[in-house]
Amino acid sequence: MDALFLQILNGLEKGGAYALIAMGLTLIFGTLGVVNFAHGALFMIGAFVAVTMQRIFNLSHEIVDATQKDFLGNPLKVKVPYVIEWFGDGFGKFLIDWSVPLAILLAIPVMMLVGFVMERGLIKHFYKRPHADQILVTFGLAIVLQEIIKYFFGANPIPTPAPSEYRGTIEMAFFGLKLSYPVWRLIYFFFSAVVIASVFAFLQFTTFGMVVRAGMADRETVGLLGIDIDRRFTLMFGIAAAVAGLAGVMYTPILSPNYHMGMDFLVLSFVVVVVGGMGSLSGAVAAGFLLGILQAFASMNEVKSLLPGIDQIIIYLVAIVILLTRPRGLLGRKGVMED
Amino acid sequence: MSKMNFSRRGVLKTGAVTGAGLALPTIFTSSASAYTNEPTGSSVKLGFAVPQTGAYAEEGLDELRAYELAVEHLNGGGDGGMLNTMSSKTLDGTGILGKKVEYVTGDDQTKSDVARALAQSMIQKDGVVMVTGGSSSGTAIAVQGLCQEAGIIFMACLTHSNDTTGKDRKANGFRYFFNAYMSGAAIAPVLSGAYGNERRAYHLTADYTWGWTQQESIAASTEALGWETVNNVLTPVGAGDFSSYIAPVINSGADVLILNHYGGDMVNSLTQAVQFGLRDKMVNGKQFEIIVPLYSELMAAGAGSNIQGVYGTMNWNWQLQDPGTQAFVKSFGEKYGRPPSGAAHTAYVQTLLYADAATRAGTFEPCAVAAALEGFEFDGMGIGATTYRAEDHQCFKDVLVMKGKESPANEYDTLEIVEVTPRAQVEYAADHPMFGGAEASLGECNNG
Repeated sequence: MDALFLQILNGLEKGGAYALIAMGLTLIFGTLGVVNFAHGALFMIGAFVAVTMQRIFNLSHEIVDATQKDFLGNPLKVKVPYVIEWFGDGFGKFLIDWSVPLAILLAIPVMMLVGFVMERGLIKHFYKRPHADQILVTFGLAIVLQEIIKYFFGANPIPTPAPSEYRGTIEMAFFGLKLSYPVWRLIYFFFSAVVIASVFAFLQFTTFGMVVRAGMADRETVGLLGIDIDRRFTLMFGIAAAVAGLAGVMYTPILSPNYHMGMDFLVLSFVVVVVGGMGSLSGAVAAGFLLGILQAFASMNEVKSLLPGIDQIIIYLVAIVILLTRPRGLLGRKGVMED
Repeated sequence: MSKMNFSRRGVLKTGAVTGAGLALPTIFTSSASAYTNEPTGSSVKLGFAVPQTGAYAEEGLDELRAYELAVEHLNGGGDGGMLNTMSSKTLDGTGILGKKVEYVTGDDQTKSDVARALAQSMIQKDGVVMVTGGSSSGTAIAVQGLCQEAGIIFMACLTHSNDTTGKDRKANGFRYFFNAYMSGAAIAPVLSGAYGNERRAYHLTADYTWGWTQQESIAASTEALGWETVNNVLTPVGAGDFSSYIAPVINSGADVLILNHYGGDMVNSLTQAVQFGLRDKMVNGKQFEIIVPLYSELMAAGAGSNIQGVYGTMNWNWQLQDPGTQAFVKSFGEKYGRPPSGAAHTAYVQTLLYADAATRAGTFEPCAVAAALEGFEFDGMGIGATTYRAEDHQCFKDVLVMKGKESPANEYDTLEIVEVTPRAQVEYAADHPMFGGAEASLGECNNG
């Protein structure tokens, strides 16, 4: 029973990541009509923003310490981070320790800029092109971004730990079950819930959001009403990029960032979008959590002993079933993808 | 019903293509030379097929650095490195048999099919006389098979599975790196001393040849101590998120987690296992422990503080004090600013061993080089006296049992040597059941 609940928690946490990425994808598809295969790369760039923040805080100058030796027998060059020098030991170490959450502050403008550049520079030219062209171009862009990151950061996963207070596990006891679960994964789930709620609130309760929702429903009419929908949609692209980036930043303590994490999440996120319904935000979020939990369940040993290898294919099986029986997805609008 | 149009041009074109296709296998062996890719000019070309992308890419990049250093030393550049310390004094910096050493590189992406295609292209298009590289047993076995068919010598680099010189051994293939059986034989006594004989182990295993054979070897050697293997769960290579595999370990009754993972997989699984608080738990009245039977400094760097106190084995480590090691560490360190990993050491040594064997044989012909390597005893290349056994082309030497250091002095100091297991303890018969039994044989060497 404990194992079951642990897997539910795992699924919720993974589902949070899928939901955030899928939400960004759906936003872009719903507003711009672009199938953006570079979205996984945005998730990865977000993660590397956290790495960069950690490196910025760890920027140091070297002091040669003759009392210690390095591996060649030469006097050791000890690195002293600048933040510790300027702000003292306590605050300096605090900054380095909290580099992942502090990276959120850096990630939002950086990701919006990246999204803006991507959209104005490349995606804009593909609005009217068939989806196949968009897929090719954005997939190629994803590979280029991946190789750029690999060139600058290397091929090894880079450890980016969570702040020290949150590195351990938390003991939970309820309904007679006792579980311990990593704290940061719980934090990640709540963080993703907050971000999802904020995006929904933004779309629901602001004028800007109202215009975007109107544009998603019927773009032509909004144009006829004299509203410049293009600029708003560009901003939405930036917001979607920022959401993916935030998902990446907070995920770094769970999965050390490496250059191909974008691709790993991309396929699954697309499946989530398809299952939830292209163009439906609530569908994307619901499907994200649903598929996260399904995948976690399918990884349980009891299930795998019945159906070996099921954890690899369960998500795709569900996608196939949905595409065959209800192509518009669970919560998709009638008529989308059905013809 | 479809209409077929026969035109003279169409038939001629199809005929030409079919003819070329049928002739393709003979293109392999059609040259007039005595053996494949016989070097004719003043230079000889070597092929370095390493992963530069994929789960084991970091090791591949370090291997490439070592290969380039080896070529530099063979051609007389640098400070000579191990050319000054190795016991066989045939190499003098003038290349191999007077020919300058050149090389081509490629990315095998840690995938067996890509590795095969890469090796094939190196042999056919670039005319290499020897292929070396790889940091996965899957790619090593695939390329070893291809080189056997093509009549090329294959000097395996990073491959730990028993099968490479076991049931999949080939006459054209040679392995210097140790294997999973040796790791098990070396680490078991140390684990018995550190953790006792009443342990229950849970294995998480990478789902391919290396993972299976390492798990088999470690399980066999720990069960011989008295440990119980509670479960063995296979995980896909490059999985990324191991939380769903780690969660069942917590309540399984196991008090030891053995991670049969390498490269990026190990970095993630160890980090996540520690995140789940496994190392703080007390199970069965004992402290929960994690063991990673095979690791490297690169992986330790990736795992950060999570490697502290974790036992494992290595083929070689830069902290050894013998002259061969020190010479290599100095050359590599001065050129690249960091100490070499075990993979780099194997890459360097295999290249030098090949050059030395070709020089002693007086030719690059594969069968002659193979004969020069079989039964070869050497020293001065790190870790002590080594023998290349003739029956299976596997090197036998001491094995290092390592432990993650509790307070590393710097970023390269993450592992400490706990014991140098003498080679007599890790030796086995060539027809050992884990190595293919009595049916396994090298076959005939192939000159192409």
